[in-house]
Amino acid sequence: MVNEPIVQTFDLNCYFGSVHALKNVNIEIARNEILGIIGPANSGKTTFLRAINRLNYLQRTYSQTGEILLGGRDIRKINDNLLRKKVGIIFALPQVLPISIFDNVAYGPKVHGTTNKETLSRIVEEALKKAYLWEEVKDRLKDPAVRLSGGQQQRLCIARTLAVEPEVILYDEPCSGLDPISTAKVEDAMQQLKADYTQILVTNNTKQASRVSERCAFFLMGELVEIGPTHDLFTHPGDTRTDDYITGRFG
Amino acid sequence: MNEARLRQNIAFTVLGAVTLLIVIPILLVILYVAINGAGAITWSFLTEAPRNGMKAGGIFPAIVGTILLVIGTMLFSLPLGVLSAIYLVEYASDNLFTRMIKLSVVNLSGIPSIVYGLFGFTAFVLVLRFGTSILAGSLTLAIMSLPVIITASKEALESVPFTYREISLSLGATRWQTVRYCVLPYAIPGILTGTVLSLSRAAGETAPILFTVAAFYLPRLPRGAFDQVMALPYHLYVISTQVPNIPLSLSFATALVLIAIVFLMNLVSVILRAHYRKKRLW
Repeated sequence: MVNEPIVQTFDLNCYFGSVHALKNVNIEIARNEILGIIGPANSGKTTFLRAINRLNYLQRTYSQTGEILLGGRDIRKINDNLLRKKVGIIFALPQVLPISIFDNVAYGPKVHGTTNKETLSRIVEEALKKAYLWEEVKDRLKDPAVRLSGGQQQRLCIARTLAVEPEVILYDEPCSGLDPISTAKVEDAMQQLKADYTQILVTNNTKQASRVSERCAFFLMGELVEIGPTHDLFTHPGDTRTDDYITGRFG
Repeated sequence: MNEARLRQNIAFTVLGAVTLLIVIPILLVILYVAINGAGAITWSFLTEAPRNGMKAGGIFPAIVGTILLVIGTMLFSLPLGVLSAIYLVEYASDNLFTRMIKLSVVNLSGIPSIVYGLFGFTAFVLVLRFGTSILAGSLTLAIMSLPVIITASKEALESVPFTYREISLSLGATRWQTVRYCVLPYAIPGILTGTVLSLSRAAGETAPILFTVAAFYLPRLPRGAFDQVMALPYHLYVISTQVPNIPLSLSFATALVLIAIVFLMNLVSVILRAHYRKKRLW
Protein backbone atom coordinates (compact mmCIF):
# COMPACT_ATOMS: atom_id res chain seq x y z
CA MET A 1 0.00 0.00 0.00
CA VAL A 2 1.19 3.47 -0.75
CA ASN A 3 0.19 6.77 0.75
CA GLU A 4 -2.28 8.80 -1.26
CA PRO A 5 -2.49 6.60 -4.35
CA ILE A 6 -3.35 8.55 -7.50
CA VAL A 7 -3.46 5.61 -9.88
CA GLN A 8 -4.70 2.18 -8.80
CA THR A 9 -5.39 -0.87 -10.89
CA PHE A 10 -7.36 -3.90 -9.73
CA ASP A 11 -7.05 -7.20 -11.58
CA LEU A 12 -6.29 -5.40 -14.81
CA ASN A 13 -6.38 -7.70 -17.83
CA CYS A 14 -5.74 -6.40 -21.32
CA TYR A 15 -6.30 -8.17 -24.60
CA PHE A 16 -5.46 -7.37 -28.19
CA GLY A 17 -7.78 -9.73 -30.02
CA SER A 18 -6.88 -13.10 -28.55
CA VAL A 19 -3.49 -11.97 -27.23
CA HIS A 20 -3.54 -11.65 -23.46
CA ALA A 21 -1.16 -8.72 -23.05
CA LEU A 22 -1.57 -7.98 -19.34
CA LYS A 23 -2.53 -10.50 -16.67
CA ASN A 24 -4.12 -9.56 -13.36
CA VAL A 25 -2.07 -6.48 -12.70
CA ASN A 26 -2.61 -4.82 -9.32
CA ILE A 27 -0.60 -1.67 -8.81
CA GLU A 28 -0.85 1.44 -6.71
CA ILE A 29 1.03 4.53 -7.72
CA ALA A 30 1.59 7.33 -5.22
CA ARG A 31 1.09 10.99 -5.91
CA ASN A 32 4.31 12.75 -7.00
CA GLU A 33 6.40 9.63 -7.25
CA ILE A 34 8.42 8.53 -10.24
CA LEU A 35 7.61 4.90 -10.88
CA GLY A 36 9.95 3.06 -13.21
CA ILE A 37 8.64 0.12 -15.19
CA ILE A 38 11.17 -2.26 -16.63
CA GLY A 39 10.93 -5.52 -18.49
CA PRO A 40 11.85 -7.06 -21.84
CA ALA A 41 9.97 -6.45 -25.07
CA ASN A 42 6.39 -7.76 -25.11
CA SER A 43 6.18 -7.77 -21.34
CA GLY A 44 3.14 -5.49 -21.33
CA LYS A 45 4.82 -2.30 -20.11
CA THR A 46 3.47 -0.09 -22.86
CA THR A 47 0.05 -1.72 -22.71
CA PHE A 48 -0.08 -0.92 -19.01
CA LEU A 49 0.88 2.68 -19.66
CA ARG A 50 -1.65 3.17 -22.42
CA ALA A 51 -4.37 1.51 -20.37
CA ILE A 52 -4.18 4.37 -17.88
CA ASN A 53 -5.23 7.00 -20.44
CA ARG A 54 -7.28 4.56 -22.51
CA LEU A 55 -5.12 5.04 -25.60
CA ASN A 56 -5.18 1.26 -26.09
CA TYR A 57 -8.75 1.69 -27.24
CA LEU A 58 -7.50 3.35 -30.44
CA GLN A 59 -6.87 -0.23 -31.56
CA ARG A 60 -10.11 -1.80 -32.55
CA THR A 61 -9.31 -5.27 -31.28
CA TYR A 62 -8.53 -4.07 -27.77
CA SER A 63 -10.52 -5.13 -24.75
CA GLN A 64 -9.93 -4.93 -21.03
CA THR A 65 -11.27 -6.22 -17.73
CA GLY A 66 -10.65 -5.05 -14.18
CA GLU A 67 -10.60 -1.55 -12.83
CA ILE A 68 -8.36 1.45 -13.05
CA LEU A 69 -8.88 4.32 -10.64
CA LEU A 70 -7.55 7.83 -11.07
CA GLY A 71 -7.74 9.82 -7.87
CA GLY A 72 -10.19 7.20 -6.59
CA ARG A 73 -12.53 7.45 -9.60
CA ASP A 74 -13.10 4.70 -12.12
CA ILE A 75 -11.58 6.04 -15.35
CA ARG A 76 -14.47 4.57 -17.35
CA LYS A 77 -16.63 7.18 -15.64
CA ILE A 78 -14.35 10.00 -16.75
CA ASN A 79 -14.78 11.47 -20.20
CA ASP A 80 -11.87 10.32 -22.43
CA ASN A 81 -10.93 13.92 -23.25
CA LEU A 82 -10.78 14.93 -19.62
CA LEU A 83 -8.93 11.73 -18.67
CA ARG A 84 -6.27 12.34 -21.31
CA LYS A 85 -5.94 15.94 -20.22
CA LYS A 86 -5.20 14.68 -16.69
CA VAL A 87 -2.97 11.84 -17.85
CA GLY A 88 -0.46 12.97 -20.46
CA ILE A 89 1.85 10.69 -22.42
CA ILE A 90 5.27 11.02 -24.02
CA PHE A 91 5.76 8.54 -26.85
CA ALA A 92 8.85 6.47 -27.58
CA LEU A 93 9.81 8.38 -30.68
CA PRO A 94 9.53 12.15 -30.55
CA GLN A 95 6.32 12.88 -32.37
CA VAL A 96 5.63 16.47 -33.28
CA LEU A 97 2.91 17.94 -35.45
CA PRO A 98 3.99 19.60 -38.71
CA ILE A 99 3.31 23.06 -37.30
CA SER A 100 5.46 25.60 -35.45
CA ILE A 101 7.13 25.03 -32.10
CA PHE A 102 4.71 27.47 -30.50
CA ASP A 103 1.64 25.88 -32.08
CA ASN A 104 2.71 22.41 -30.99
CA VAL A 105 2.70 23.48 -27.35
CA ALA A 106 -0.38 25.69 -27.72
CA TYR A 107 -2.40 22.92 -29.38
CA GLY A 108 -3.50 21.27 -26.13
CA PRO A 109 -4.61 24.44 -24.34
CA LYS A 110 -6.41 25.55 -27.51
CA VAL A 111 -8.50 22.39 -27.80
CA HIS A 112 -9.37 22.76 -24.13
CA GLY A 113 -10.74 26.22 -24.75
CA THR A 114 -7.94 28.73 -24.16
CA THR A 115 -8.12 31.30 -26.92
CA ASN A 116 -6.57 34.42 -25.39
CA LYS A 117 -3.23 35.02 -27.12
CA GLU A 118 -1.44 36.37 -24.08
CA THR A 119 -2.59 33.48 -21.92
CA LEU A 120 -1.43 31.05 -24.59
CA SER A 121 1.97 32.74 -24.82
CA ARG A 122 2.36 32.52 -21.08
CA ILE A 123 1.35 28.85 -20.99
CA VAL A 124 3.74 28.01 -23.83
CA GLU A 125 6.63 29.84 -22.19
CA GLU A 126 6.07 28.19 -18.82
CA ALA A 127 5.72 24.73 -20.35
CA LEU A 128 8.89 25.15 -22.40
CA LYS A 129 10.78 26.36 -19.35
CA LYS A 130 9.65 23.39 -17.28
CA ALA A 131 10.74 21.06 -20.06
CA TYR A 132 14.19 22.69 -20.19
CA LEU A 133 13.72 23.81 -23.77
CA TRP A 134 12.89 27.51 -23.49
CA GLU A 135 16.46 28.82 -23.74
CA GLU A 136 17.09 26.84 -26.92
CA VAL A 137 13.95 27.85 -28.78
CA LYS A 138 12.76 31.18 -27.37
CA ASP A 139 14.02 33.09 -30.43
CA ARG A 140 12.46 30.79 -33.00
CA LEU A 141 9.06 29.80 -31.70
CA LYS A 142 7.61 30.21 -35.20
CA ASP A 143 10.01 27.68 -36.72
CA PRO A 144 8.73 24.27 -37.78
CA ALA A 145 8.95 21.87 -34.86
CA VAL A 146 10.23 19.11 -37.13
CA ARG A 147 13.50 21.02 -37.60
CA LEU A 148 14.44 20.56 -33.95
CA SER A 149 16.86 17.78 -33.05
CA GLY A 150 15.46 14.52 -31.70
CA GLY A 151 16.28 15.43 -28.10
CA GLN A 152 14.74 18.87 -28.47
CA GLN A 153 11.65 17.36 -30.08
CA GLN A 154 11.23 14.99 -27.15
CA ARG A 155 11.44 17.86 -24.68
CA LEU A 156 8.96 19.73 -26.88
CA CYS A 157 6.64 16.74 -26.47
CA ILE A 158 7.06 17.02 -22.71
CA ALA A 159 6.28 20.76 -22.89
CA ARG A 160 3.23 19.99 -25.04
CA THR A 161 1.99 17.56 -22.41
CA LEU A 162 2.71 19.99 -19.55
CA ALA A 163 0.77 22.75 -21.31
CA VAL A 164 -2.54 20.99 -20.63
CA GLU A 165 -1.66 20.74 -16.91
CA PRO A 166 -1.88 16.99 -16.37
CA GLU A 167 -1.67 15.27 -13.00
CA VAL A 168 0.07 12.17 -14.27
CA ILE A 169 2.69 11.95 -17.02
CA LEU A 170 3.35 8.65 -18.73
CA TYR A 171 6.66 8.13 -20.49
CA ASP A 172 6.87 5.31 -23.00
CA GLU A 173 10.61 4.68 -23.42
CA PRO A 174 11.11 8.40 -23.98
CA CYS A 175 14.85 8.20 -24.55
CA SER A 176 15.06 5.16 -26.79
CA GLY A 177 15.98 7.30 -29.78
CA LEU A 178 18.16 9.84 -28.00
CA ASP A 179 21.89 10.29 -27.44
CA PRO A 180 23.25 10.27 -23.85
CA ILE A 181 23.37 14.06 -23.51
CA SER A 182 19.77 14.49 -24.69
CA THR A 183 18.79 11.62 -22.42
CA ALA A 184 20.39 13.42 -19.46
CA LYS A 185 18.40 16.56 -20.29
CA VAL A 186 15.14 14.65 -20.41
CA GLU A 187 15.98 13.00 -17.09
CA ASP A 188 16.80 16.40 -15.59
CA ALA A 189 13.43 17.68 -16.70
CA MET A 190 11.75 14.67 -15.06
CA GLN A 191 13.49 15.38 -11.74
CA GLN A 192 12.34 19.01 -11.86
CA LEU A 193 8.77 17.93 -12.53
CA LYS A 194 8.65 15.65 -9.49
CA ALA A 195 7.29 18.35 -7.24
CA ASP A 196 4.11 18.81 -9.24
CA TYR A 197 3.45 15.62 -11.15
CA THR A 198 3.19 11.88 -10.81
CA GLN A 199 5.39 10.27 -13.41
CA ILE A 200 5.46 6.74 -14.74
CA LEU A 201 8.50 5.83 -16.78
CA VAL A 202 8.54 2.76 -18.97
CA THR A 203 12.07 2.06 -20.06
CA ASN A 204 14.16 -0.62 -21.69
CA ASN A 205 17.16 0.83 -20.01
CA THR A 206 17.48 -0.56 -16.48
CA LYS A 207 20.19 1.97 -15.68
CA GLN A 208 17.81 4.77 -16.50
CA ALA A 209 15.18 3.26 -14.21
CA SER A 210 17.71 3.08 -11.39
CA ARG A 211 18.84 6.67 -11.98
CA VAL A 212 15.43 8.27 -12.21
CA SER A 213 12.79 6.27 -10.37
CA GLU A 214 12.04 5.94 -6.68
CA ARG A 215 10.05 2.78 -7.02
CA CYS A 216 10.33 0.29 -9.79
CA ALA A 217 8.12 -2.42 -11.21
CA PHE A 218 9.29 -5.40 -13.22
CA PHE A 219 6.95 -6.79 -15.88
CA LEU A 220 7.46 -10.11 -17.63
CA MET A 221 5.18 -11.70 -20.22
CA GLY A 222 2.21 -9.61 -19.16
CA GLU A 223 2.64 -10.19 -15.44
CA LEU A 224 3.77 -7.80 -12.76
CA VAL A 225 6.58 -9.85 -11.23
CA GLU A 226 7.46 -7.46 -8.46
CA ILE A 227 7.37 -3.85 -7.41
CA GLY A 228 9.34 -2.06 -4.73
CA PRO A 229 11.75 0.73 -3.92
CA THR A 230 14.17 1.00 -6.83
CA HIS A 231 17.26 0.54 -4.69
CA ASP A 232 15.89 -2.64 -3.12
CA LEU A 233 14.73 -4.06 -6.43
CA PHE A 234 18.16 -3.61 -7.94
CA THR A 235 20.24 -4.75 -4.97
CA HIS A 236 18.22 -7.67 -3.65
CA PRO A 237 15.27 -8.51 -5.87
CA GLY A 238 12.61 -10.73 -4.37
CA ASP A 239 12.17 -12.84 -7.47
CA THR A 240 14.84 -14.75 -9.34
CA ARG A 241 13.36 -13.66 -12.67
CA THR A 242 13.95 -10.01 -11.71
CA ASP A 243 17.46 -10.87 -10.70
CA ASP A 244 18.06 -12.63 -14.02
CA TYR A 245 16.75 -9.66 -15.95
CA ILE A 246 18.62 -6.87 -14.21
CA THR A 247 21.89 -8.77 -14.16
CA GLY A 248 21.50 -9.30 -17.89
CA ARG A 249 21.00 -13.05 -18.01
CA PHE A 250 18.14 -12.49 -20.43
CA GLY A 251 16.18 -9.69 -21.96
CA MET B 1 29.75 0.80 -67.14
CA ASN B 2 28.70 -2.08 -64.89
CA GLU B 3 25.64 -4.20 -65.39
CA ALA B 4 23.50 -2.62 -62.66
CA ARG B 5 24.02 0.86 -64.14
CA LEU B 6 23.14 -0.46 -67.57
CA ARG B 7 19.93 -2.03 -66.29
CA GLN B 8 19.03 1.17 -64.51
CA ASN B 9 19.52 3.21 -67.68
CA ILE B 10 17.40 0.79 -69.67
CA ALA B 11 14.66 1.02 -67.04
CA PHE B 12 14.76 4.82 -67.07
CA THR B 13 14.57 4.89 -70.85
CA VAL B 14 11.60 2.53 -70.95
CA LEU B 15 9.75 4.44 -68.21
CA GLY B 16 10.45 7.74 -69.91
CA ALA B 17 9.22 6.42 -73.24
CA VAL B 18 6.01 5.12 -71.68
CA THR B 19 5.38 8.49 -70.06
CA LEU B 20 5.89 10.22 -73.40
CA LEU B 21 3.48 7.79 -75.04
CA ILE B 22 0.81 8.95 -72.62
CA VAL B 23 1.54 12.64 -72.90
CA ILE B 24 1.82 12.82 -76.69
CA PRO B 25 -1.76 11.79 -77.56
CA ILE B 26 -3.16 14.27 -75.04
CA LEU B 27 -1.08 17.06 -76.50
CA LEU B 28 -2.08 16.04 -80.01
CA VAL B 29 -5.77 16.12 -79.12
CA ILE B 30 -5.50 19.56 -77.59
CA LEU B 31 -3.38 20.80 -80.46
CA TYR B 32 -5.81 19.43 -83.06
CA VAL B 33 -8.80 21.01 -81.35
CA ALA B 34 -6.95 24.29 -80.93
CA ILE B 35 -5.79 24.49 -84.54
CA ASN B 36 -9.26 23.75 -85.89
CA GLY B 37 -11.18 25.81 -83.38
CA ALA B 38 -9.05 28.84 -82.59
CA GLY B 39 -10.06 30.62 -85.78
CA ALA B 40 -13.73 30.63 -84.83
CA ILE B 41 -13.17 32.02 -81.35
CA THR B 42 -14.00 35.67 -81.33
CA TRP B 43 -15.28 38.00 -78.65
CA SER B 44 -18.81 37.74 -80.01
CA PHE B 45 -18.57 33.92 -80.11
CA LEU B 46 -17.87 33.93 -76.37
CA THR B 47 -20.39 36.60 -75.38
CA GLU B 48 -23.38 36.19 -77.69
CA ALA B 49 -26.26 33.77 -77.86
CA PRO B 50 -26.54 31.40 -80.83
CA ARG B 51 -28.53 32.64 -83.81
CA ASN B 52 -29.93 31.28 -87.01
CA GLY B 53 -30.53 27.71 -85.79
CA MET B 54 -27.13 27.69 -84.03
CA LYS B 55 -25.35 28.15 -87.34
CA ALA B 56 -24.18 31.58 -86.27
CA GLY B 57 -23.74 33.66 -83.16
CA GLY B 58 -21.99 32.53 -80.01
CA ILE B 59 -22.18 30.02 -77.19
CA PHE B 60 -22.51 32.35 -74.22
CA PRO B 61 -25.61 30.67 -72.70
CA ALA B 62 -23.90 27.28 -72.91
CA ILE B 63 -20.76 28.60 -71.19
CA VAL B 64 -22.85 30.08 -68.38
CA GLY B 65 -24.88 26.85 -68.19
CA THR B 66 -21.81 24.66 -67.83
CA ILE B 67 -20.29 26.93 -65.19
CA LEU B 68 -23.58 26.97 -63.24
CA LEU B 69 -23.82 23.19 -63.44
CA VAL B 70 -20.24 22.76 -62.19
CA ILE B 71 -20.91 25.11 -59.29
CA GLY B 72 -24.21 23.40 -58.49
CA THR B 73 -22.56 19.99 -58.66
CA MET B 74 -19.80 21.14 -56.34
CA LEU B 75 -22.26 22.61 -53.83
CA PHE B 76 -23.92 19.23 -53.43
CA SER B 77 -21.10 16.75 -53.94
CA LEU B 78 -18.19 18.37 -52.12
CA PRO B 79 -19.70 18.62 -48.62
CA LEU B 80 -21.48 15.29 -48.95
CA GLY B 81 -18.43 13.53 -50.33
CA VAL B 82 -15.91 14.92 -47.86
CA LEU B 83 -18.18 14.46 -44.85
CA SER B 84 -18.99 10.86 -45.71
CA ALA B 85 -15.29 10.15 -46.31
CA ILE B 86 -14.53 11.61 -42.87
CA TYR B 87 -17.20 9.39 -41.38
CA LEU B 88 -15.90 6.28 -43.12
CA VAL B 89 -12.25 6.87 -42.22
CA GLU B 90 -12.42 8.50 -38.80
CA TYR B 91 -15.59 7.29 -37.14
CA ALA B 92 -17.13 4.18 -38.69
CA SER B 93 -16.22 0.89 -37.12
CA ASP B 94 -15.17 -1.93 -39.39
CA ASN B 95 -18.24 -4.11 -39.81
CA LEU B 96 -20.31 -5.68 -42.54
CA PHE B 97 -22.41 -2.56 -42.97
CA THR B 98 -19.50 -0.15 -43.49
CA ARG B 99 -17.76 -2.65 -45.74
CA MET B 100 -20.88 -2.79 -47.89
CA ILE B 101 -20.91 1.01 -48.06
CA LYS B 102 -17.26 1.10 -49.11
CA LEU B 103 -17.85 -1.57 -51.72
CA SER B 104 -20.85 0.24 -53.18
CA VAL B 105 -18.89 3.49 -53.36
CA VAL B 106 -16.26 1.73 -55.46
CA ASN B 107 -18.89 0.09 -57.64
CA LEU B 108 -20.82 3.31 -58.15
CA SER B 109 -17.82 4.91 -59.81
CA GLY B 110 -18.00 2.22 -62.49
CA ILE B 111 -21.62 2.85 -63.50
CA PRO B 112 -22.10 4.34 -66.99
CA SER B 113 -23.11 7.98 -66.89
CA ILE B 114 -26.31 7.41 -68.90
CA VAL B 115 -27.57 5.31 -65.98
CA TYR B 116 -27.09 8.30 -63.69
CA GLY B 117 -28.96 10.34 -66.27
CA LEU B 118 -31.94 8.01 -66.19
CA PHE B 119 -31.86 7.84 -62.42
CA GLY B 120 -31.72 11.64 -62.15
CA PHE B 121 -34.56 11.97 -64.62
CA THR B 122 -36.76 9.66 -62.56
CA ALA B 123 -35.75 10.81 -59.10
CA PHE B 124 -35.34 14.55 -59.52
CA VAL B 125 -37.28 15.52 -62.62
CA LEU B 126 -40.32 13.28 -62.13
CA VAL B 127 -40.62 12.13 -58.52
CA LEU B 128 -39.36 15.25 -56.78
CA ARG B 129 -40.93 17.41 -59.51
CA PHE B 130 -37.91 19.64 -60.02
CA GLY B 131 -38.64 19.48 -63.74
CA THR B 132 -35.89 19.71 -66.34
CA SER B 133 -33.84 22.18 -64.37
CA ILE B 134 -30.42 23.28 -63.21
CA LEU B 135 -31.28 21.83 -59.81
CA ALA B 136 -32.10 18.39 -61.24
CA GLY B 137 -29.02 18.44 -63.48
CA SER B 138 -26.69 19.52 -60.69
CA LEU B 139 -28.02 16.83 -58.37
CA THR B 140 -27.61 14.18 -61.06
CA LEU B 141 -24.06 15.25 -61.81
CA ALA B 142 -23.37 15.45 -58.06
CA ILE B 143 -24.43 11.85 -57.54
CA MET B 144 -22.23 10.82 -60.43
CA SER B 145 -19.28 12.73 -58.94
CA LEU B 146 -19.72 11.49 -55.39
CA PRO B 147 -17.95 8.12 -55.65
CA VAL B 148 -14.76 9.66 -57.01
CA ILE B 149 -14.81 12.47 -54.44
CA ILE B 150 -15.43 10.00 -51.60
CA THR B 151 -12.70 7.65 -52.78
CA ALA B 152 -10.15 10.44 -53.25
CA SER B 153 -11.04 12.03 -49.90
CA LYS B 154 -10.82 8.67 -48.16
CA GLU B 155 -7.37 8.06 -49.57
CA ALA B 156 -6.27 11.59 -48.67
CA LEU B 157 -7.48 11.15 -45.07
CA GLU B 158 -5.91 7.72 -44.77
CA SER B 159 -2.56 9.05 -45.94
CA VAL B 160 -2.35 11.43 -42.97
CA PRO B 161 0.00 9.73 -40.46
CA PHE B 162 -1.79 7.97 -37.62
CA THR B 163 0.61 9.60 -35.16
CA TYR B 164 -1.03 13.01 -35.75
CA ARG B 165 -4.31 11.59 -34.51
CA GLU B 166 -2.58 9.85 -31.61
CA ILE B 167 -0.86 13.07 -30.52
CA SER B 168 -4.07 15.04 -30.69
CA LEU B 169 -6.19 12.46 -28.87
CA SER B 170 -3.50 11.93 -26.23
CA LEU B 171 -3.69 15.64 -25.40
CA GLY B 172 -7.39 15.28 -24.71
CA ALA B 173 -8.74 16.63 -27.98
CA THR B 174 -12.07 15.23 -29.10
CA ARG B 175 -12.33 13.15 -32.24
CA TRP B 176 -13.83 16.05 -34.14
CA GLN B 177 -11.11 18.48 -32.99
CA THR B 178 -8.55 15.90 -34.05
CA VAL B 179 -10.10 15.61 -37.50
CA ARG B 180 -10.54 19.35 -37.80
CA TYR B 181 -7.05 20.45 -36.73
CA CYS B 182 -4.74 17.47 -37.18
CA VAL B 183 -6.12 15.50 -40.12
CA LEU B 184 -8.21 17.59 -42.49
CA PRO B 185 -5.60 20.35 -43.07
CA TYR B 186 -3.15 17.74 -44.36
CA ALA B 187 -5.74 15.90 -46.42
CA ILE B 188 -7.03 18.96 -48.27
CA PRO B 189 -4.53 18.80 -51.16
CA GLY B 190 -5.57 15.23 -51.92
CA ILE B 191 -9.26 16.01 -51.52
CA LEU B 192 -8.89 18.94 -53.93
CA THR B 193 -7.24 16.79 -56.55
CA GLY B 194 -10.03 14.25 -56.45
CA THR B 195 -12.75 16.87 -56.40
CA VAL B 196 -11.44 18.79 -59.38
CA LEU B 197 -10.90 15.58 -61.32
CA SER B 198 -14.45 14.59 -60.61
CA LEU B 199 -15.89 18.04 -61.41
CA SER B 200 -13.91 18.17 -64.64
CA ARG B 201 -15.60 14.98 -65.67
CA ALA B 202 -18.98 16.38 -64.65
CA ALA B 203 -18.33 19.50 -66.74
CA GLY B 204 -17.80 17.37 -69.83
CA GLU B 205 -20.57 14.80 -69.41
CA THR B 206 -23.53 14.77 -71.77
CA ALA B 207 -25.55 11.74 -70.77
CA PRO B 208 -26.47 12.78 -67.19
CA ILE B 209 -27.70 16.20 -68.32
CA LEU B 210 -29.49 14.98 -71.41
CA PHE B 211 -32.85 14.38 -69.70
CA THR B 212 -32.36 16.45 -66.57
CA VAL B 213 -31.34 19.96 -67.56
CA ALA B 214 -29.86 20.50 -71.00
CA ALA B 215 -31.79 22.62 -73.45
CA PHE B 216 -31.50 21.91 -77.14
CA TYR B 217 -31.76 25.56 -78.06
CA LEU B 218 -32.37 28.26 -75.47
CA PRO B 219 -30.60 31.43 -76.53
CA ARG B 220 -30.97 33.24 -73.21
CA LEU B 221 -29.66 32.99 -69.69
CA PRO B 222 -31.53 30.89 -67.10
CA ARG B 223 -33.94 32.66 -64.78
CA GLY B 224 -33.34 30.52 -61.70
CA ALA B 225 -32.48 27.09 -60.34
CA PHE B 226 -35.66 25.59 -61.82
CA ASP B 227 -34.94 26.82 -65.32
CA GLN B 228 -33.41 24.82 -68.15
CA VAL B 229 -30.05 25.81 -69.51
CA MET B 230 -27.79 25.06 -72.43
CA ALA B 231 -24.53 23.30 -71.63
CA LEU B 232 -21.33 23.02 -73.64
CA PRO B 233 -21.07 19.23 -74.00
CA TYR B 234 -24.69 18.87 -75.09
CA HIS B 235 -24.43 21.89 -77.37
CA LEU B 236 -21.37 20.30 -78.93
CA TYR B 237 -23.26 17.07 -79.46
CA VAL B 238 -26.21 18.93 -80.97
CA ILE B 239 -24.25 21.05 -83.42
CA SER B 240 -22.06 18.12 -84.42
CA THR B 241 -24.84 15.64 -85.10
CA GLN B 242 -28.29 17.22 -85.10
CA VAL B 243 -27.97 20.39 -87.15
CA PRO B 244 -26.81 20.05 -90.73
CA ASN B 245 -24.42 22.40 -92.50
CA ILE B 246 -22.74 23.91 -89.49
CA PRO B 247 -19.13 24.91 -90.03
CA LEU B 248 -16.86 22.38 -88.35
CA SER B 249 -14.82 25.18 -86.83
CA LEU B 250 -17.79 26.04 -84.57
CA SER B 251 -17.73 22.54 -83.07
CA PHE B 252 -14.01 22.70 -82.49
CA ALA B 253 -14.27 26.17 -81.00
CA THR B 254 -16.95 24.91 -78.59
CA ALA B 255 -14.74 21.96 -77.63
CA LEU B 256 -11.82 24.32 -77.11
CA VAL B 257 -13.87 26.48 -74.73
CA LEU B 258 -14.89 23.37 -72.78
CA ILE B 259 -11.26 22.28 -72.51
CA ALA B 260 -10.30 25.79 -71.40
CA ILE B 261 -12.91 25.75 -68.61
CA VAL B 262 -11.67 22.39 -67.36
CA PHE B 263 -8.09 23.64 -67.58
CA LEU B 264 -8.97 26.72 -65.53
CA MET B 265 -10.57 24.54 -62.86
CA ASN B 266 -7.40 22.49 -62.65
CA LEU B 267 -5.33 25.64 -62.45
CA VAL B 268 -7.34 26.87 -59.48
CA SER B 269 -6.86 23.52 -57.76
CA VAL B 270 -3.09 23.68 -58.36
CA ILE B 271 -2.96 27.10 -56.71
CA LEU B 272 -5.12 26.02 -53.78
CA ARG B 273 -3.05 22.88 -53.34
CA ALA B 274 0.17 24.86 -53.21
CA HIS B 275 -1.41 27.16 -50.65
CA TYR B 276 -2.43 24.30 -48.38
CA ARG B 277 0.89 22.49 -48.76
CA LYS B 278 2.61 25.58 -47.41
CA LYS B 279 0.61 25.28 -44.20
CA ARG B 280 2.43 22.08 -43.37
CA LEU B 281 5.63 23.23 -41.75
CA TRP B 282 8.62 21.05 -42.48
